[in-house]
Amino acid sequence: MKRAVRWSGMAALFVFYFLLTNENEAYAMHIMEGFLPVKWALFWWLLFLPFFVFGLRRLVHTLKQHPEHKLLMALAGAFTFVLSALKIPSVTGSSSHPTGIGFGSVLFGPWVMVVIGTVVLLFQALLLAHGGVTTLGANAMSMAIVGPFVAYGVYHLCRKGAVSNRAALFLAACLSDLATYVMTSLQLALAFPSPDGGVIASFLKFAGIFAITQVPLAVTEGIITVIVWNWLASYQASPLFKKEKGA
Amino acid sequence: MKKNGLLVLLAALLVIIPLWWARGSEFGGTDDQAEKAIQTLDPHYQPWFESIFTPPGGEVETLLFSLQAALGAGVIGYVVGLYKGRSERKNSHDSRV
Repeated sequence: MKRAVRWSGMAALFVFYFLLTNENEAYAMHIMEGFLPVKWALFWWLLFLPFFVFGLRRLVHTLKQHPEHKLLMALAGAFTFVLSALKIPSVTGSSSHPTGIGFGSVLFGPWVMVVIGTVVLLFQALLLAHGGVTTLGANAMSMAIVGPFVAYGVYHLCRKGAVSNRAALFLAACLSDLATYVMTSLQLALAFPSPDGGVIASFLKFAGIFAITQVPLAVTEGIITVIVWNWLASYQASPLFKKEKGA
Repeated sequence: MKKNGLLVLLAALLVIIPLWWARGSEFGGTDDQAEKAIQTLDPHYQPWFESIFTPPGGEVETLLFSLQAALGAGVIGYVVGLYKGRSERKNSHDSRV
């Protein structure tokens, strides 16, 4: 009964969302090469670097202490690799891609994903002209720093609040995906404040485009994350998946 | 595992519904559109750096994106398969003892 109420509530929310969105051409994904003014590009780079250095040290440390995590870490990296290559159509009539950051952040904590996320962004910037080197600091800030920390925070808050493991994982992946694009909107708004409404008006404009496009993709990412988790848990891949016993 | 089937279906629906919902649009996510949005906010802005390497044309770009997805999927398949094999071996071992 309770479950039926929850499902119909979710369905209602979704219908409401679909009704809200109307078709308009929008764009999404990372900030393109050269599209942040020099001072902002520099600002985000400087903010990002200490996170990356610390993340790298944590990654090396984790692997030294738990060499058996190597395989799963490769999996977490591959997951991000696949998901951020998939440009998925959204109800707004434009496409964007998920980030795949939540999965690894829940498994290994946020710091490892700072490095993995950055590597993926660098790959896309260098080989695909997707994102950019000058904007890498800003894009890493949103996808490889805000994303992992939101996922980690949401997951642990949910678990403390007695939310089941699968639901917590779903929410973590979903919200981390969404938060990444909210951050991107904020970065663009700061760099390009609207002449009449300032940063806030500009932020609402960018967030309206980015975040709304991203909603169904974020839900999809949440679902896919749970699917992969289910596989690994059923094969008892690692003690890390014992977490679910409490669910 | 039955649950997973349902989840796959749900994920697929979430991708398919927009195709029907926003039919008629081109689902662009291109840099062109981004350029326009920024240019309405700041008409004088000039990008000051060009991509070091740009894939020559849409086909090559598609190739590289598929390559990225394929590499990732390959690794995921390998790791999940490895764990599956390990767990099966362990289970058959346990039942023998």
